[in-house]
Amino acid sequence: MKPAPFIYHNPGSMDELAAIMGSVEDVKVLAGGQSLVPMLNMRYAQPEHIVDLNRITDLSGIEDNGDRVAIGAMTRQSALIKSDVIAAKLPIMIDALQWVGHFQTRARGTIGGSLCHLDPSAELPSICLLYDANLTVHGPDGERQIPMTEWPLAYMMPNLGEKDVLVKIEIPVWSGDYGYGFQEYARRHGDFAIVAAGALLKLKGDIVEKVAIVLAGAQQVPYRLSEAEDYLAGKPLDANNLSHVSDIAQQQEAMSDAYIESDYRKRLAGVMTRRALEAAIERAGGAKPS
Amino acid sequence: MSDTREISVTVNGETHKDTVETRMHLGDFLRLQLRLTGTHLGCEHGVCGACTVLVDGEAVRSCLMLAVQADGKDVTTIEGIANGEELHPVQRAFRENHALQCGFCTPGMIISLIAFIKENPGATESDIRTAISGNLCRCTGYQSIVAAGVQAASEMSGAS
Repeated sequence: MKPAPFIYHNPGSMDELAAIMGSVEDVKVLAGGQSLVPMLNMRYAQPEHIVDLNRITDLSGIEDNGDRVAIGAMTRQSALIKSDVIAAKLPIMIDALQWVGHFQTRARGTIGGSLCHLDPSAELPSICLLYDANLTVHGPDGERQIPMTEWPLAYMMPNLGEKDVLVKIEIPVWSGDYGYGFQEYARRHGDFAIVAAGALLKLKGDIVEKVAIVLAGAQQVPYRLSEAEDYLAGKPLDANNLSHVSDIAQQQEAMSDAYIESDYRKRLAGVMTRRALEAAIERAGGAKPS
Repeated sequence: MSDTREISVTVNGETHKDTVETRMHLGDFLRLQLRLTGTHLGCEHGVCGACTVLVDGEAVRSCLMLAVQADGKDVTTIEGIANGEELHPVQRAFRENHALQCGFCTPGMIISLIAFIKENPGATESDIRTAISGNLCRCTGYQSIVAAGVQAASEMSGAS
């Protein structure tokens, strides 16, 4: 038996969930289990209570609300990757999902689980940050909204209390024509990203009207490359400006670990940012930078 | 003190009612309580893919799902894919292509490929490589496994 003993709860509704969360201490919420169950198996996590969300069907679903897409926290990664709404409204998420684990883990893994686990290299939190998503959390004091910018507090630590449950992710869609690019580098496909970059780009002629750039894996939390976004606004995305933005990405702080040095992550941040922007330029109908 | 639940789960067409500790994962349940030892447990944290089984037709890691979560579900393991003496096309392709040596990763490879090919008929060699990227083999090497996957994909798509 791998996990330490716990008491298991599987509420069938939001009311049952609230009642259980109000009555237990030392609790972990179980979504798809693709990160929490390994932590239980390795006994990194030894909570007294596990509250399994899998029976609460209200927590799954993808809703097209025009200028917003609302996604239930328990929506499986496999459902997102097959969704026509996501393909039409948030196509970069489909690209990013190809890098999320493997198809066998995507069959269970959820968007809410990815956001709450908040691995620094995870793709879905970085996509939510790229779009300035808004998260809905149910807690002891009722419901509250948390903008994605305020979600990551520190390394693998979301802005979520022990008794809070993430229930919904609302993503504002970019209107009109725009380009996007998602690039990732990992030792093997499906491994944790060493660095990943995502970019959204709207051009007016060859001038940048709106741009968003996000990096994952480089620092302890995903972050927006706002210095580069500010720099690019109103400028043409020519070779010089592209190089400058790549330099900005490379100059940011980056993590070191036992396998990958900080300098290598910095270098990759520059390269991934450049490639993500190049893909976005092409999709936005811009000229190849020269 | 152990927290237990009654579950009813259909495995390879047979319904089992059993009492499980809630902390027991599905892979341990299959092996220890049902004695279906064809499902292999390697890393038990979702990396190696050896424990892959079908739950309601989808390939999942049985080490990352609790047995209690399989209550009411339909599970297929490596023991349940042949039709009597007749091997499943993926099993036959593995034999014909010498796609196993020690056999430890084989159940997970075969179950993964069955699910993948079913969902992606006409899968190419590159697709097959992506499909088994979450399954580790430490002896045969991947060439013969990929060859078996390609052969099975072509046979299964032709037949459907």
